Amino acid sequence: MQGHGEVSPGFEEFTQTMIAGFEHSAVEAAAVRELRAEIEEFHYEYCAVLDRADVERWPEFFTEDAVYRITARENADAGLLVGLVYAEGRAMLRDRAFAIARTQMFAPRYMLHLVSNVRVLSATEAETRAVSNYILLQTLVDGPTTIHQAGRYYDRFRRVDGRLLLAERQCVYDTVIIANDLVYPV
Amino acid sequence: MYSAQTVIHQPGTMPKETAEPELKWPAEGLTVIPDWIYTSEEIYRREVERIFHGRTWNFVALECEIPNPGDYKRSFVGPTPVVVSRDTDGSIHVFENRCVHRGAEFCRAQRGNATEFVCPYHQWSYDLKGNLQGIPFKRGVKKEGGMPPDFRNEDHGLRKLTVITHRGVVFASFATDVEPLAEYLGPEVMEDFEATFDGRKLKLLGYYRNELPGNWKLYHENLKDPYHATLLHSYLVSFGLMVAGNKSIMLADSTGRHGTMGSAKPDDVSASVDDAAKKEMRAFRDDMTLADPSFLNFVREFKSPWSVTMQTIWPNLIVQREMNTLGIRHIVPNGPHSMIMIWVMFGFEGDTEEMTRHRLKQGNLMGPSGFLGLEDNEAIKFVQEGVRRSPTDHGILKLGGDSEGTSTTLISESAIRAMYRHYREVMEL
Repeated sequence: MQGHGEVSPGFEEFTQTMIAGFEHSAVEAAAVRELRAEIEEFHYEYCAVLDRADVERWPEFFTEDAVYRITARENADAGLLVGLVYAEGRAMLRDRAFAIARTQMFAPRYMLHLVSNVRVLSATEAETRAVSNYILLQTLVDGPTTIHQAGRYYDRFRRVDGRLLLAERQCVYDTVIIANDLVYPV
Repeated sequence: MYSAQTVIHQPGTMPKETAEPELKWPAEGLTVIPDWIYTSEEIYRREVERIFHGRTWNFVALECEIPNPGDYKRSFVGPTPVVVSRDTDGSIHVFENRCVHRGAEFCRAQRGNATEFVCPYHQWSYDLKGNLQGIPFKRGVKKEGGMPPDFRNEDHGLRKLTVITHRGVVFASFATDVEPLAEYLGPEVMEDFEATFDGRKLKLLGYYRNELPGNWKLYHENLKDPYHATLLHSYLVSFGLMVAGNKSIMLADSTGRHGTMGSAKPDDVSASVDDAAKKEMRAFRDDMTLADPSFLNFVREFKSPWSVTMQTIWPNLIVQREMNTLGIRHIVPNGPHSMIMIWVMFGFEGDTEEMTRHRLKQGNLMGPSGFLGLEDNEAIKFVQEGVRRSPTDHGILKLGGDSEGTSTTLISESAIRAMYRHYREVMEL
C-alpha cells in the first residue's frame, strides 16, 4: 500500500475479520485470567491518556502497522467498510493526533471512558484477540455530562518488547446518531 | 450532546424563540439576514409546507442502497418519514411511512428486504409499491364486524410520492408537477452533478449519522460560503486543497437555490502561498507536515476542472466530491434549531482494492470526525447558539457587496444572497 510498508492484516482478512472473526475459541482458564488482567491494565492506561486529552501520546498504544477504525454498528453488521475514523498505520494516527491537538477548531470538552466486560476471545503465541464494552462520556461547557457513545472495542493485541500493543482496534458504537461530532479518538 | 440536552438556555426558552417576530425582511435587503429565519416556529412550518413538501426534488436514496428487488430503506422528505422500496420489476417507489389505518410508522429497520410491508399494529399489508393488499378480518367474523362493504383497498394505499432517478440517485416529491431534473438543476449544476455521478455504478461504503444543532439552512450557507473554507479549515489551507488564490468557483444556478463550490488543487501539493495571504489566514500553518501524506493524494478520475466540488442541491442534498472521497449528505430538518445529517459514502463498482482503501482513508477529511467536517459542525452549532441566545436580531452578508449569483472569488457571499432571493420568493417574505 501507499507509503508506509505492509499493512497487517491483509485487506481481505481485514474486511472478513470486521467483527466476524472475533469468535470465541477455547483458551485455558488460567491464561484467560492472566491475559484479562493485562488487557484491563492496557485499557486503563489507554483511557487515562485520552481522558486527560493527551492525544499526542495515543498513537504509542499501537503497532507501527496497526489499523484503527471507529464505525457505527450498522456498518459493521452490514460489512460496510467506512469509518468515522479509518486509519492504516500508526503514521495516520500520529497525523490525526497532531491535528486534534494543534490545529482543529472545536469547543472545549472533557471526555471520560469507562471500559468493562473484557472478554479474551483467542490467544496464540502471536496475538490475543479480545472484545470489551466501552461507555464514552462527554461534558461540554454549557451542558450536562452525556453518554456520547456506547460501544465495543474489537482488539487484536501483539506483544512487542514484552508489552501489549494494538495491531487492530475497531470501535463499534451502538449510538446511532452522533451528537454533532466526535472530536477525540475513542 | 443532543440539542435537547442543553442545560443553559434550552431550545424554546429564549425570548426570540417564544415571541413570534413580525416576519418582515429588513429594508436593507439581502445584505442583512434576520435571525428569525433560523429561530421561528412559524417559519419552520412554512418551510416544510412550501419547500420540502412543495415543488422540489428531495434526495431519498442512492440506488446502490437498495440494489435488489424487495430492498427497502427508511428515509425522509424534509422531516417526513418515507419508505424507499424496490419492487420485483426493479422500479423504485417512495411512500409515507404511515399506515393508512391508524397512522403507525410501520417500517422500523433502517434497511432490509421484504416481500411486503405489514403494519405490526393490526397487520394491514402493503405491496412493494405501497398499495393496500390485505386487511385481517375485512369481512368480520361470523358475518359480524369488519369493514363496510364499500371499502375498496385500491382507494386506500399508502400516500405515494413522485419519484425520479438519475445516475443512481433517487429523488422524490410530494408535488406532482415539479419540472424534470435537468430543468430543476439547470445546465451548470447538472454538469457538475454528472461529473461526480459519471455513469459508473455506485458502490455503497457506509453511513454516518449525526444531529447537528443548527438550522438546516446554515448547512447550505456553509457550502455557499467559500470564504470560511480558507479561514476555518487549516487542513485545506495548509495542504493547498483550497487556498485563497487557487483556481476556484462558487457557482449558483439561475434560480439561486442550487450551487457548486469548486476548487482546483494545484499539481504542486505544497502550494506556494504568498506571505500577504498567509497573514490573513490564521489557520495557515507553516509547521504542519504529515507523517503519512498519501491519504491526500488525488487520483484524477473525473472529467472536471475541479478536484473538489461541494454541491448544494435544494433543498436537502449535498454532493461531496472531495478529491476521491465521495458521499452525499442528506439533510433532515428537525425543527428550527436542529437537523439530522445522514451521510451515505460511496465509491464505484470496479474500484480496485487499493482505490477503495484510498477513498476510506481520505474519508478522514469529512464526516462527524473529519478534519473539515467536525469544524463545520462546531461552527454551525456556534451560529445557532448565537442567534438563539442574543437579543441582537440580524447578521451581515456584505462580502462582495450586494452581488447575487456565481462568483469567481472565494471572498464573496453572493451565492448565499442568491439562495435567499429564491427563498424569499417561495416563502413570500
